[in-house]
Amino acid sequence: MSSLLVCAQPAPGHPVAFPQEGSAFLLNRFSALPQLAAVTPASRLEVRPAPELVCSGIRELDALTGGLPRGGLTEICGPASSGRTSVLVAALAATTQRQEACALVDISDAFDPVSAAAAGVDFERLLWVRCGEKKNPPQRHRDTENTRKNSEENLRYRLEGPLEQALRVTDLLLQSGGFGMVAIDLGGIPFRNARRIPLTTWFRFQRAVENTPTVLLVIAERACATSCAALVMNFSPQPSALSRQVNRPAHAELLDQIQIEGEILRSRAERKPVRSATAAFTTRAVRIS
Amino acid sequence: MAAFACIFVPDFPLEALLRAEPELRSQAVAVLEGKAPLQKVFALNEKARYAGVEPGMSKLQVETCTDLALRPRSPVQEAVAHAALLDCAQSFSPRVEDTGSDTIVLDLAGLETLFGAAPKFARDLARRASDLGLEVNVAVASNPDTAVIAARGFSGVTVIPAGKEAEQLGSLPLEVLFTGTPALDNGPEPERILETLERWGVRNLRALAALPEVALSERLGQAGVRLQQLARGATSRTLVTVEPPLVFEEAIELEYPLVLLEPLAFLLGRLLEQLCARLAARALATQELRLQLELENGWQEEESTANRGDEFGPAGRAPRQVFCRTLRLPVPLLDAKTFLKLLQLDLKAHPPGAPISKIHLTAEPVRPRAAQSGLFLPPSPEPEKLELTLARIAGIVGENKVGCLQLLDTHRPDAFRMQRFAPGESQGLKPHSKNPLHAELKPGDTQKPPHIQTQPGAQTNGANAVTALRIFRPPVRAAVTLRDGKPARIACPKHPELQGDILWVAGPWRSSGDWWQQEGWARDEWDIALPAEDGLALYRLVRDLLSGGWFVEGSYD
Repeated sequence: MSSLLVCAQPAPGHPVAFPQEGSAFLLNRFSALPQLAAVTPASRLEVRPAPELVCSGIRELDALTGGLPRGGLTEICGPASSGRTSVLVAALAATTQRQEACALVDISDAFDPVSAAAAGVDFERLLWVRCGEKKNPPQRHRDTENTRKNSEENLRYRLEGPLEQALRVTDLLLQSGGFGMVAIDLGGIPFRNARRIPLTTWFRFQRAVENTPTVLLVIAERACATSCAALVMNFSPQPSALSRQVNRPAHAELLDQIQIEGEILRSRAERKPVRSATAAFTTRAVRIS
Repeated sequence: MAAFACIFVPDFPLEALLRAEPELRSQAVAVLEGKAPLQKVFALNEKARYAGVEPGMSKLQVETCTDLALRPRSPVQEAVAHAALLDCAQSFSPRVEDTGSDTIVLDLAGLETLFGAAPKFARDLARRASDLGLEVNVAVASNPDTAVIAARGFSGVTVIPAGKEAEQLGSLPLEVLFTGTPALDNGPEPERILETLERWGVRNLRALAALPEVALSERLGQAGVRLQQLARGATSRTLVTVEPPLVFEEAIELEYPLVLLEPLAFLLGRLLEQLCARLAARALATQELRLQLELENGWQEEESTANRGDEFGPAGRAPRQVFCRTLRLPVPLLDAKTFLKLLQLDLKAHPPGAPISKIHLTAEPVRPRAAQSGLFLPPSPEPEKLELTLARIAGIVGENKVGCLQLLDTHRPDAFRMQRFAPGESQGLKPHSKNPLHAELKPGDTQKPPHIQTQPGAQTNGANAVTALRIFRPPVRAAVTLRDGKPARIACPKHPELQGDILWVAGPWRSSGDWWQQEGWARDEWDIALPAEDGLALYRLVRDLLSGGWFVEGSYD
């Protein structure tokens, strides 16, 4: 069998003898091959362009991360009362104030309109999808032809939980396009359930928002999208805020603020690990009065 | 020079049926009229004529022909086809005469600069009618009657130059003068005149035009003179113009009742395409589609009645065997595929519940959307895609679980309502409140109600961050132990994270409202901190003062 590169047929057991011109000759011959004409050498590959960063709504976070990347997946992690939902609400407010449409896939139906209104969320631009139990189950048909389909539909209806609903809804929203931000709130479900989301799903979401102006924001107890996420931040509460209020009379003042510290766990924009990069900020409480 | 065009649909009852079933155009079809068993052939196509079928044959006679499709005459589809014919004419000229159910005459005065010369105009007219599902003859002449006669006599597109009317019409048989010509309405019987002319040996219009006028008048009277003028193409009259109402309705009567949604979607797609073609011909779009299905009487009357109580549209006045759905769109659209998918999703969520015997589809015409995208406008979902996406999401999570929320002007906790999500819609177009006591916020003026306040003295920190609350829907019932009037210990059997000693407590924040109504409420709010794996967790604890129960309303996060 002859080769385009080395025309002589080598004898079995003998090394192939390359011409004396060396690597320059080989490169010229490679580039002349029609099969490799469309292949760009790795040394000439362009550096992936930096994503456009948009304001997260919190000045300290923007100073730390530069903002939330468009066309990428951002994960906001933390335990209960860590401030992750406050970050979500602030990001929704900032996005709607830029007159962009947002979608919130609320897996545990935990979104508080009062907090969002106080943060400045424009509800006209926020699509709220409340996952959970459907109140109108599929109705029965009389005809026998539809009976089998209805039974399958009822079975799917019973098996489909809020998590499955949220993933299907997110798929539809990302495929529809046009949203400035699509947020998935997984904060209300245990991490053992969120961990069951296949990595292929996150990869599909990441591919769907790639090269689009959409910010895909995920709120969870711990990071679950792994390498698909462009930015992962972990939040933790600072108990010092409460300690300052301990000495106050209880009836005089309610909870007024929470101090929150955020830390970058992963950032695609940074080359080196940034474990120690943190930012602290304070959120203020709202109440109907 | 004045010019008139005539659109004529040969075998109109048959064409009306073929418009609903275009797959029948490739085979022999006959339309039957009359009550069984005395049904007779009323109209037929060329293939049926080749097969030996003639008008007037009984159903029993024609049933012997193989590969012959028999259909009963449908007045509903004829009315719809006639409306489509008027739309076709109105899309070219504002001066239209409704000459007959199968004949429309247009005044072409001043249209040459818009649509070109007469031959091109006639071809465009025939093409537009074909787009609407009707195969028509089109004729253009210098007077309306000549155009009508030419359209009835010549198939396809005919253009008769001025001054050559008699020459062009000469080869036509006499019968074209006696079918649908309004000039003979008050005269003697057309059959007797036709018989007389045939006895004289007059077979075509050229022979009639060559008869001496005075002698013809002495023998046949003014009707004979009128017929001769028609044959010469020398009449002149004014068009009786009509302005048809903007009603866009398509209907189909089914030979057998439908029980599955898939064939129904097939028929709906055909009706929607015809409806969209008619709307496009009038440069209109639609924002509301009404689907009316006539159901077979019988077993599931109650269920179909229950389905009619839909939130999309008023359907309560329909008869009991009629199933209605109304599809309202946030923006005017004109895409048959989008409409079909939306109707499919809606019917999947609300099936009719009984076999369907008749389908009516009506579109409310509106001006099309005149919006231009800007280079510097923020991204927004396309309305067509967004409607489909919202309908699909509603099929997954439920209709009342998707949309944008609107806060109600009340101090009642968690008071909001869901409404349609339409980010591109004008902010002034919002539904009115059903309850006048709860005047809603004016969207666009302010999103934060005046009664929602931040804590006084709180540090804004230069940013707009607020402490968000994650609401438990429904609230979690708790057993609370008090110490010195304050919660000291909490226990929720089904929630292990909501158990233990309360490490920090603040409150109460007392509020009440709606005491003048039956659904009054009064409550005390406490903010508590409980131990958690990673430190503290903050919750809002609520005591219902009316029932005395304790509930965990949510967690601060």
